[in-house]
Amino acid sequence: MISITIDGRTVSVEEGRTILQAARENGIRIPTLCWLENVSNVGSCRLCVVEVDGMDKLPTACNTPVRDGMVVQTMSPRVVEARKTVLDLLLSNHHQDCFSCPSNGVCELQAVCNEYGVCNTTYVGTRADVPAEEKTENPFLGYRPDLCIHCQRCVSACGKVSGRKAIELKKAGTFTVIGAPFGEDWKQTLCESCGNCAEACPTGALFKKPSRDYRSWDVQRVRTTCPHCAIGCQMDLLVRDNRILDVEGADGPTNRGRLCVKGRFGSYKFVSSGDRLTDPLIRDRATGEFRKASWDEALDLVASRFSVIKAEYGGNALAGFACSRSTNEDIYMLQKMVRTAFGSNNTDNCARV
Amino acid sequence: MTNTVQDITQESDVIMIVGSNSEEAHPVLGMQLRAAVRRGARLIVADPRDIDLAKQADIHLKLKPGTNVAFVNGLLHVIFEEGLENREFIETRTDAERCAQLKELVKKYTPEYVGGICHVDPDDLRAAARLYATADRAPILYCLGVTEHSTGTEGVMSLSNLAMVTGKLGRPGCGVNPIRGQNNVQGACDMGAMPTDYPGYQKVHVPEIREKFEKAWGVPLDPNPGIKATDCFPAMIEGKIKGLFIFGEDPMRTDPDTHHVLRALKSLDFLVVDELFMTETAKLADVVLPGRSFAEKEGTFSASERRVQRVRRAVTVPGNQRLDTDIFTDIMNRMGYPQPYLTAAQIMDEIASVTPSFAGISHERLDSPEIAGQGLQWPCTSKDHPGTRIMHVGLFSRGKGDYYLAEYKPSQELPDEEYPLLMMTGRNLYHYNAMAMTDKTPGLMEISGHSYIEINTEDAAEAGIRDGERIRVSSRRGTISSEARVSDKTSRGEVWMPFHFLDGNCNWLTNNALDSIARAPEYKVCAVRIERIPEEEAYTEDGRYITQAMIAEKRNEIYASQLAAAARCAEGESFSVSDSADDWSHLVTGSGCADCGG
Repeated sequence: MISITIDGRTVSVEEGRTILQAARENGIRIPTLCWLENVSNVGSCRLCVVEVDGMDKLPTACNTPVRDGMVVQTMSPRVVEARKTVLDLLLSNHHQDCFSCPSNGVCELQAVCNEYGVCNTTYVGTRADVPAEEKTENPFLGYRPDLCIHCQRCVSACGKVSGRKAIELKKAGTFTVIGAPFGEDWKQTLCESCGNCAEACPTGALFKKPSRDYRSWDVQRVRTTCPHCAIGCQMDLLVRDNRILDVEGADGPTNRGRLCVKGRFGSYKFVSSGDRLTDPLIRDRATGEFRKASWDEALDLVASRFSVIKAEYGGNALAGFACSRSTNEDIYMLQKMVRTAFGSNNTDNCARV
Repeated sequence: MTNTVQDITQESDVIMIVGSNSEEAHPVLGMQLRAAVRRGARLIVADPRDIDLAKQADIHLKLKPGTNVAFVNGLLHVIFEEGLENREFIETRTDAERCAQLKELVKKYTPEYVGGICHVDPDDLRAAARLYATADRAPILYCLGVTEHSTGTEGVMSLSNLAMVTGKLGRPGCGVNPIRGQNNVQGACDMGAMPTDYPGYQKVHVPEIREKFEKAWGVPLDPNPGIKATDCFPAMIEGKIKGLFIFGEDPMRTDPDTHHVLRALKSLDFLVVDELFMTETAKLADVVLPGRSFAEKEGTFSASERRVQRVRRAVTVPGNQRLDTDIFTDIMNRMGYPQPYLTAAQIMDEIASVTPSFAGISHERLDSPEIAGQGLQWPCTSKDHPGTRIMHVGLFSRGKGDYYLAEYKPSQELPDEEYPLLMMTGRNLYHYNAMAMTDKTPGLMEISGHSYIEINTEDAAEAGIRDGERIRVSSRRGTISSEARVSDKTSRGEVWMPFHFLDGNCNWLTNNALDSIARAPEYKVCAVRIERIPEEEAYTEDGRYITQAMIAEKRNEIYASQLAAAARCAEGESFSVSDSADDWSHLVTGSGCADCGG
């Protein structure tokens, strides 16, 4: 452990930590935009600059390691002024039509600009002449370069969280641009449409298409477990007016915030599909036609037909298969039904198939 | 899984993946495996295809499908020959005498002999054995590429032999880890939906166990194990099983040899299906009962790593659907077994009361700050038990680890002159099984919307088949059409198909040969033939070339109209839905009858 001073407080810190980590561990907030815990510390946005005694320039807290005896100021006038300039510069290339942005209200850039009182830019954007076409051909994800602050969180998220490296930095003349793989050639890219990049984006530049249909604070989040494979990813269903509108990855022990394309985009539309069965149906074997029935009629029929078979041929002429996609509680009751009411051990699930 | 996703991806030196395309079938695990490689973990991939993970592997063994037992015996041969086994683990933790027998058995599995069976370079096999055996921490991950064979159980046991011989069990970053398929297939087995086991793998044939359940449930129980699901289908045809209740399964699409399944289900006196949608199987039912989805109920799922996690109700949907547990309760009561209505939390309490490995699990505890949304891994034997992260630490559940001695046996149906190609089946990234959930998301259908078959370049050239062409695929059991995807992803003589699609569903072709022990079907190996579509069937009446996408579109249209008819059937009305047919090309050509498929 080494000792450093942050805003006049002397704290001990493990060697090898960054100034940002040391500050956070001691409850001192330093604003960040491009930094993402365990994922990105490229230091590109420069919002986390701090003042360190003995250093001429203001270092970025996210990737500057602490040294014994270091004296750090996180909110000195020089730091605040530098952050305002950073935000002023970032806004010069950021389209400010916040009303049309799905991230309005949850935008990290908006929040930190409010905090520092930066409402408008005093610069002329350097990227005004770079062709900046929206890329929205992917069915689930889109990219608006006019909202992008080039923080590269998406690049790191794709490379490190998803491990796919489908989003790369590219060159457009002398400019560096984000190679978002959602344009016309999206099917030819490495992108798996998992959307982990969109969840990392601090603005509305890289967005999930469903997020345009609601405001983040208008939805209720219901924590649940993904219904597809058996990794057990934790996720939040975003619900408004009794409809699931979107899904967010949660910090579960097996997924740590990640989701895949099925979990994020393919796990809820079926729930409210108009094609769901709504009532019991009984089929006439002679005509092959189904008709709607009441629960009482259907259940009476099921119980009586099963009882007749049981009486005539014994319980082992009956069987019941459980659904490997339903809950433990459902499955327990299903096998209990087969064992107690059918009188048979002919119960199984689709583990074999 | 003996271990957890976290420790196998973060604390391992070498990772060995056998028959698992994790990046597509378990994508969030795949993401973490890619991270493990980036961190410096070495990777061994044994898979018959050039899956993406194989490109990142230090060693890719492109095994011939169905040769896992020979492959593992070959690894063991090298390990014993070069003295790389973990003597201490063998002596202290396992049955050393049996190990000596295993050593004797694998003597003939020289790398050269195995190389011939598995179609791999003997030196690659040596390198893989050395890399795995000499690593301090190395997990084995496997999936259906190991289990879906007539020798599937023996493949699993062989992998377990390998882990024991090298002492890679009971520690972080090690273990034998089946990556389970469906979200709650682990739970379905845990909960006793098995003909041989009550909840918690308590055996039906053990009298004391049966007496315990008779006391808990208050009725006499059948002392004999029941029939496994895959054996039920022949039993239906023989008339031994006359009534069947299917909860949320669609064997008409997911089980092998669809004609056989159809015949079996039609042989029943009475079929009940509890479903969300009018599936292919529901169409055959006498009674269809509308249940509720995961987003409309409280409960739990057990993840592959034995972690029990909560499922919570988010919405109610319009309609008269009922909780599935209430449906079962009603049937129990109507059949004379008095079962009170219970909430999901009360049911979990009952599960805990009869299942020692779940004794410490309750909804209340899972929702508590103590658990903080991290779930509980069974065995969790009391209310203050923290759950079990890693299995077999210090001691195996049976005491000393036993070895299963298995010789390599070829698959049941191998290619011959008439059906010269070996077909495997599997999942792709964008769908889950029969797509009952994923086909309701248009974007997923846009990315992957119709049947396709991966064919080796040389085989395609020989058959005169070009990439993207619609072709005919046949086996002894049926014929379908599918889109050719020509590349070197599969080896010469081997083809691969996803099993998701309604059009060109590969299960019309697959073989229902079963594993001798677990009774899992041999989905991974059957013999097929590929052909160009005859000229007269390749075009519509107005001269347009019929693509597989067109067939899928037409097929899905009919499917959607049937779903809608079932969903919107009004009081006093009736509707009919056709049985399934295997060849839907007539839908586009205009000939034939859409209702009967003829």
